Amino acid sequence: MSIITIERKVLEKNDEIAARNRILFAERGTFVINLVSSPGSGKTSILECSLDYLKDKIKVAVIEGDVQTDLDAQRVAKLGVPVVQIVTHGGCHLDAHLVHDALGSLEMKNVQLLIIENVGNLVCPANYDLGEAMKVVVASTTEGDDKPLKYPGMFRNASVLLINKTDLLPYVNCNMEALKANALLVNPSLTILETSCTTRKGIREWCEWILGRMGKG
Amino acid sequence: MHELSLAQSIVEIVQQYVPDAQRPAVESVRLKVGVQAGVVVDSLEFCFSVITEHTDLEGARLAIERVPFSFACKSCNANCTEENGILLCPSCGGNDVTILSGTELQVTEIELHDHAAEVQ
Repeated sequence: MSIITIERKVLEKNDEIAARNRILFAERGTFVINLVSSPGSGKTSILECSLDYLKDKIKVAVIEGDVQTDLDAQRVAKLGVPVVQIVTHGGCHLDAHLVHDALGSLEMKNVQLLIIENVGNLVCPANYDLGEAMKVVVASTTEGDDKPLKYPGMFRNASVLLINKTDLLPYVNCNMEALKANALLVNPSLTILETSCTTRKGIREWCEWILGRMGKG
Repeated sequence: MHELSLAQSIVEIVQQYVPDAQRPAVESVRLKVGVQAGVVVDSLEFCFSVITEHTDLEGARLAIERVPFSFACKSCNANCTEENGILLCPSCGGNDVTILSGTELQVTEIELHDHAAEVQ
C-alpha cells in the first residue's frame, strides 16, 4: 500500500476563482453582496425596493441566479438597472466560475454596488464563496422562527440577517424575539435588520446601512 | 444537493496527483468532512461511486473522517464541542468564541494498493 499525503480543500478551485473575482471587484471599487435565502422569502422584492432607493444615489448592477427562467432579471430590468441572469438548469447554487463568466456580459464600468441574488436554497450556497464582500441572508416571518437552528451553516456564514415580511407578523406563527435569539445562537456577530416590501418599512434603514458600509453614508 | 459537484472536484484532485497509469490502483481517497460542512456524506459517497463507474478510478472508495464542530471560548478559555452549530459556551454562557473545527472539507490522502508499483 502506498499513500500520497495531501492537504487540499475540495472547494479549492472555486475559492481560487472567488479570490480572483474579489481582486477584480477591489480594482474596480465595486462592493459586492451575495443575497441568499430559501425560495420565496422575498429576495427579489427586497432587491426591487433597494434598487428603487439606491439607483439614483449610486451606480448599481445585479446578477440574478435561478434554476430556470429569467423572470427575476425581467423584474430588475424594468427598474433600469443593468442585470444579467444566470440560469443554472437544475444547479442548486451559484459558484465563483458562473459569476466570473456573468461579469463578462455585464457593463461593470463605474459600478459601485453589485448585488448577486443567489438561487433560493438555505443549504448549498453557504459553501460557495463568489468573491463577495458579504453574504446577506433573508428569513421571512412566514418561515417561522426556527430556521437559523435548522440551517446554521447559512446563518453562520452571513454578515447580515434581513427579517422580511414583518407586516405579516400578526398573522403568522413567528416569534420575532425567538427568531433573533436563534440567529444569534449560531452567529453572535450577525447584524439583524427588519424589512417589509409591502409597507417599505425598514428598506431605507437597510439601504443606508449598505451605504454606510460602502463609505457613502 | 451539491454533492455531485463536490464528487467531481474530488476526482479532479485525484487526477492531479495520480498519473493515468496508476489510477486503477487507487483504493481509497481519505477526506476530512466537518459535521457543519453542509455535506451529506452518504450522498457524497454515492455520487463519487456513480461518476467513477466505468472510469480508471472505478472501485475507489471514499474514506471519510467526520470532524466534530468545536470552538474556543474567549471569556473562559474553555474548548467546547457542539453538535448543532450553536456558538454558546456551555461552561460560562459566553458567545465570544473562535471556531476551531467542524466546517472543513478536505482531501488528505490517496491510498494506492501495491499493484501500483508493477503498473508503473
